[in-house]
Amino acid sequence: MPAGLKPDRPAAARRRRPGAAPYVLLAPSVAYLVVFFIVPLLQGLRLAFTGQDGQWGLSTVHGLLNDPGFWSSVWNTLIMLAIILPVQLVLALAMSLLVNAKLRGSGFWFYVYMLPLGISDLTSGIIWYSVFTQQGWLNSVLQDLGIIHQPFIWLSYQHQLLIIATIVVAEAWRSTSIIVIILVGGLQAIPREYSEAADVFYASPWQKLWHVTLPLLRPTLRTALILRTVLAFEVFATVIALAGSSLSVLATKANNAYTQYQEPHLAAAYGILIMLLSLVSTALFLVMLPVRTEQAS
Amino acid sequence: MKARAFGKYAGAVILAVWVLFPMYLLTAGAFSTQNGVYQYPKSLWPDWSTGTMRFFWDSVGVPAALGRSVIVAAITVALSMLIGTPAGYAIARYRFRGRNPYQMSIVSTRAFPVVVLSIPLAVFFLQWGIYDTVWAVALMHTALVLPFVVLITSSVLAGIPVDLEEAAQVFGCGRPGAFWRVVLPLALPGLAAAASFAVLMSYNEVFAASILTIERPTLPALVLNALSASPDPYKFAAAWLLMIPTFVFIFIMRRYILGFGVERRG
Amino acid sequence: MDGGSARDRDGKISRRGVLRLGAAAGAGAAAAGLLSACGSGGSTGGGGGGGGNLIFLSDQLSTTVETAAMRSKILSGFKSSGVSFTSFADTTQFVDQVIAQAKAGAGTLDLIGGLQGDFVALEAQIPLRDMSDVIGELKDRNFPQAYLDLAKIKGAYRFVPWITATYLMVANKKALAHLPSGADVNTLTYDQLLAWGQALKSATGQQLIGFPASPTGLIKRFFQGYAYPSFTGGLNTTFKSQAAVTMWQYFKQLWAVTNPQSPTYAMMDEPLLSGEVWVAWDHAVRLSNALQQQPDNFVVFPAPSGPKGLGYEPVLGGLAIPTTSKRVTQAKSLISYLAQQQTQATMLNAESWFPPVGASALPSSLAPGVSAEAKAIDATTGAPGALASQLPVGLGAQSATYDKAFVDAFTAIALNGAPIPATLAAEATTLQSVLQQAGAACWKPDPASTGVCQVG
Repeated sequence: MPAGLKPDRPAAARRRRPGAAPYVLLAPSVAYLVVFFIVPLLQGLRLAFTGQDGQWGLSTVHGLLNDPGFWSSVWNTLIMLAIILPVQLVLALAMSLLVNAKLRGSGFWFYVYMLPLGISDLTSGIIWYSVFTQQGWLNSVLQDLGIIHQPFIWLSYQHQLLIIATIVVAEAWRSTSIIVIILVGGLQAIPREYSEAADVFYASPWQKLWHVTLPLLRPTLRTALILRTVLAFEVFATVIALAGSSLSVLATKANNAYTQYQEPHLAAAYGILIMLLSLVSTALFLVMLPVRTEQAS
Repeated sequence: MKARAFGKYAGAVILAVWVLFPMYLLTAGAFSTQNGVYQYPKSLWPDWSTGTMRFFWDSVGVPAALGRSVIVAAITVALSMLIGTPAGYAIARYRFRGRNPYQMSIVSTRAFPVVVLSIPLAVFFLQWGIYDTVWAVALMHTALVLPFVVLITSSVLAGIPVDLEEAAQVFGCGRPGAFWRVVLPLALPGLAAAASFAVLMSYNEVFAASILTIERPTLPALVLNALSASPDPYKFAAAWLLMIPTFVFIFIMRRYILGFGVERRG
Repeated sequence: MDGGSARDRDGKISRRGVLRLGAAAGAGAAAAGLLSACGSGGSTGGGGGGGGNLIFLSDQLSTTVETAAMRSKILSGFKSSGVSFTSFADTTQFVDQVIAQAKAGAGTLDLIGGLQGDFVALEAQIPLRDMSDVIGELKDRNFPQAYLDLAKIKGAYRFVPWITATYLMVANKKALAHLPSGADVNTLTYDQLLAWGQALKSATGQQLIGFPASPTGLIKRFFQGYAYPSFTGGLNTTFKSQAAVTMWQYFKQLWAVTNPQSPTYAMMDEPLLSGEVWVAWDHAVRLSNALQQQPDNFVVFPAPSGPKGLGYEPVLGGLAIPTTSKRVTQAKSLISYLAQQQTQATMLNAESWFPPVGASALPSSLAPGVSAEAKAIDATTGAPGALASQLPVGLGAQSATYDKAFVDAFTAIALNGAPIPATLAAEATTLQSVLQQAGAACWKPDPASTGVCQVG
């Protein structure tokens, strides 16, 4: 039975001390990351708290907060996340439920829904730019259908909300598979009995979804949301392709600071902010969707 | 019932078209004549031509780079699954001090933009003498992929009831034996998902790969210039080339992820 | 790890060893693709196709076509050894590679080709090899003194002048019909450009001027080298002057007839070819693709002139040998080869980069797109009232921060509608602190200063 639905175990069994076992199992991953990532990361972090002259201080943080476009990039990042996550969740749920419904050829549907998993955000930026650009696919189709008589500029800097919408579309297309693949795994783990029990009580499909499937999916949903959120913070190639200089998100700010303006201190400061936001959202998910772990003996 | 079934099929088809259509557009762009790319209104059925693709293939060194990408991905998935699965098991099975902080930090460190770490990373690998090799890229990719492998495996393993392990232990298996014989087969679809994720993340990873290679780039590093700075026809050709091997890979992996052949529990 | 066989007897990694490994693997990979790449162990070659190659890294010539031409038409003619050419479109990636190799004290690069600004940035972080010996050997190439002055950083020549370019404008021939009366496209003024854009808008309903305003676009050079000198006669010393305010007011009007998708344009040849833009300003090399693809559809002409003259800015690229290179003699001979007139002629025709010599030394037979550009460049430099901007020297690591002030001003004024005087005042403060930190004196078009350049 999935965690969360099991009848409570005796308190004593749950609170047995785990001993050294978990730490031993974790050690290789910690060691590996310390060597290959944490050490360079610390050097990067140091950049954020030293000024251009190499002295420790908050001058870079100061520079960050006063960077033109800083607040709007924070705002854009959060807005996009707030829109993309629900859209993707709904899409992914639809896809995974369809795959799980044992339709004819569910293997084929699954394969198709999985395909965007192989697409990087760079490729996605190229595809969707070619769709939304002024002389691109969307306008071509609309003009051929007679809906417009002149190309419409979807990516104009004057229509920031429209640009955000195109980014949402591009991201929803590209990275929903990540959620689908995790949800399908979770759905498969739900034993048939629950669904059959609900049928016994003449539950409608929506009731089954809301009261049976989704609660059972909670741990899977949590994983998918954490994964997707952290990845969302690092996506910038799509944003640069579609928005250019018109609007920024934190990831593009960090990247531009480093590659265009050769300001590693500022870039590191943006990087830390992104990390913090990532941390906060992970913590939020861990708290809002708690999952009772089955304690090993 | 019939209406509901029809609705499901219709939904499945619509979603499939949504997924496939932009890929078709990329294909059309990659296999148009150069003039066709710049034409407006663009025609959904372009003047097909392999000229751009042939020029691209001949001039850039694609096969070797693809080979390197494959090797890097293989090393990455092996290392990351080897190191990450035990950690995932620990999170799934034990409640210990540092469990939440570990989960939170391991994942959020990944949010730091890798590009800022270019110089320290390059210096590190240069000093170790493995710069510009598949090993450097694979080791780096393992670090980048590990947090997600841990996250996914912990979620997968948490979904498998502890009773099964305990039952196996009752029947004489040691703890590792219980894991190997009972948990692993059930977790296989989820682990296959984690592994696929690792492979695809490594395959598509471009920034660390371009920092760490000059003469021996992976495919994304090789075509990065084409993807970002070349004329549109080459952008489409490069993106298409990058995309196709993943189709093959996902095709191979789909059975494992969907768990065909593994008996459904319940 | 396969590092073992790359070690010499002292256990040190030798580049020869790694290259040998690469050569062995490369031969296998070339022969049988994927499978042999697996069989040859961890490191696989295939990039340069053989041991003993000189490794040449650049941040120019990075597009697919340019890199292919570099390898097949230019470097293939170098007979003394093979050359492995890699180019990163991203300047910072290039700079970082060079810095990392210098900091690690180990590296594979033999020759680096970058822009003057890149060398200025590099010199601020790592020691660059003194290239005076090579320049001495190439005396017969007659590098113009102006370029040699730019090559002198921290008291020595740090690169050999290699390639030059400038910024031009290109128009779709369809747009010529809407030129304001009396205007000649080869001697436009900025006011005429604006009128032209407005005429295009009323005739077609679309905004058809274009600027490369994306984060990787070069619109900052437009303000630094073109707009400021042409309107104010200066750059730093007139940054927030009344003439500057006039210039920005003018630009806002021009922006109103510019394609609002310009913030996504990195290179103007694409929008020109697709027809989204009919009149564009950009780096000559970033326009060349349009001229080569559809030579009959486009005209190329010099940038317009303003109240104070025709401000323009040259681009200078150079070659240098990293301090960690172990094949200095061969690298030097590669530099000599690249400086030869014959090679430079090929470079011009194949890559649209001009040699760093006077106009009279250009080869006679040029490809059509290139000869049109050459004419436009001549018209630029030869125009009465031509105001050449010097490239900034002495900004060191601050040069990109300096550029950012201009980009921020553009973003604030054109994209966000901020009030011009206040924006200029704010960015002027940033500029002054950048100049202060770098200790940079004024450069043309500003009059020379004795101390740090004062922003006015």
